[in-house]
Parts: sequence; structure tokens; C-alpha cells
Amino acid sequence: MAIALERAAGRPPAMLFHRETELPRGTDLVVLAGGFSYGDYLRCGAIAAHSPIMRAVREFAARGGHVLGVCNGFQILCEAQMLPGALLRNASLRFLSMDCHLRVERAGTPFTGRWQKGAVFRSVMAHGDGNYFADAATLDRLEGEGLVAFRYCDARGEATAEANLNGSARNIAGILSPNLRVLGLMPHPEDYVDPLMGGTDGLPLFESLVDALAAAPA
Amino acid sequence: MTIRARVTVMPKPGVLDPQGKAIGHALANLGFAGVGEVRAGKVIELELAETDPAKAKAVAEEMARRLLANTVIESYRVEIG
Repeated sequence: MAIALERAAGRPPAMLFHRETELPRGTDLVVLAGGFSYGDYLRCGAIAAHSPIMRAVREFAARGGHVLGVCNGFQILCEAQMLPGALLRNASLRFLSMDCHLRVERAGTPFTGRWQKGAVFRSVMAHGDGNYFADAATLDRLEGEGLVAFRYCDARGEATAEANLNGSARNIAGILSPNLRVLGLMPHPEDYVDPLMGGTDGLPLFESLVDALAAAPA
Repeated sequence: MTIRARVTVMPKPGVLDPQGKAIGHALANLGFAGVGEVRAGKVIELELAETDPAKAKAVAEEMARRLLANTVIESYRVEIG
């Protein structure tokens, strides 16, 4: 993730530890990277959602700050109730570590500005609990308000059941907050940001962020 | 004085419970016939520095709401003593 951020922004991000209580001055983007916080005890992301730094992250988002949560970061955002819904165990019960395709459902956001709506790009999934769940009313609201950012699809862009490897509700791979400044997604766009990684398919997400943040007033 | 509280957390009806399903399959493989739906949850036992059971229950319920259960997908039950 740090590589992707540095590649897009031209400078390395500051790294924060969960015990810290403040964000550095001038922070314009908080990224909750993937991994396995607190051994996934209780529920994935449940303990981390209440770690000391999260108060500052929550306040930052409430002030209109941009927040990206990937994989465990998405789980943490849901557990912290900064995004609706929850991530359940994959329907297959298997840990899924493989390429997947995502379709851009909402263009023109700080995270998707470099894509057209309907664009399909390759990403990577590596999770055991990525099965997005929310009740029908919440799903309808997300869809109605255009807050579904990405859906799992096949290489042709069809959001089929076969392409929905983890069993997510309505093939949802990533969702946005109502102000479009908080994004959570399970796949790892940061894993394809350099030809040496096998592709740059995920780079537009980070370039979009740089565009949006460079344009935003400090 | 402490009071023991037992918090039982279960997946809500309608929420996929693959763990329960896997347990059900394994029971069938062991030859147990007639097992219907299997649901798997968790039990969390707490030792609380309280003397009043009603207060202990209220505290444990708040803990369940705020951390022990994710009420989007889970229900909880608190028992005291």
C-alpha cells in the first residue's frame, strides 16, 4: 500500500501505529491497509475498530476527510460503523487468494475519477471474510444513492454469480459513504500498481485520489 | 464481590452461517441422521465488579451492543449468575 501511495503521490506516506491518538498535521488521506489486526479475534476488524487511533480517524472523516479502507481496512470501517453492513465468512468457507475483476459502478468520485462508469479492471483478492452483507433496505439505499463503488464481475464486465467468488450481496466489492469520501473495498488495488507486480490495473484509484486531493483546498 | 455474566452471540436468522453449515455436513459424514439446520455462535463469559445483578446485566448488554456482537449480523443474549 505504501508503494502504491508513494508511486501516485510522489512521496511516502506517514505510517501510524494503532496506539497513536492523533493524525499528523495536514493529513489529507487516511488509509487503513489490509492485513489481520488483532488476530481477527472476535470478528475481523472488531477490536481494531475500537483502537485508540480510530477516534482520530472517525473525527477526520466527520470533518470531510478522505478515508480508504482495503480488505481488513474495509472490515474495520464497517465494524466502526463508518460504512454500513458487515463482512461475513466467504460463502465457500475458503480463503480466496486470486485475481478478480471489478466493474466501476460509480465514476466521478475521489477514488474513481480516472475511470469511466462501467470500466472493468483486474484486481487481487486475498481474504477469508469478504462476503459483504447488509439488510435489503440498506442494500437498496446504497444502490439508490449510487454508493456502490465496485462490483465483482467477469473479464467482460458481467456481474455473474460465478464471478462473485466470496458470495457478496449483489456482487458488491466496495462501497462509499454518502459524501463519497470514505471508500471500503475487499480487493487490493495496491497489488497492481507497477509492471513488476504484473500490471498497473489498480493505479487509477490512487491517481484519482491524487487528482482529487490536489484540487481540494488545504 | 463479582458477578458472572454470560453473553451468547448468534448469527441472526437469514444471515449465512457457513460455520454452522460445515458442522452440519461433518455430523452427516459421521452418520448422524436427521440433523436439520445447525447454527454456530459464541459464548463470552465475563467477570464483572458489580454486586447488583440488574446493573451487571445492563453493563453486559451495553458491552454486547458496543463490541461483543455486531448487531448487523448477530443477536445476543445476556444471562447473569
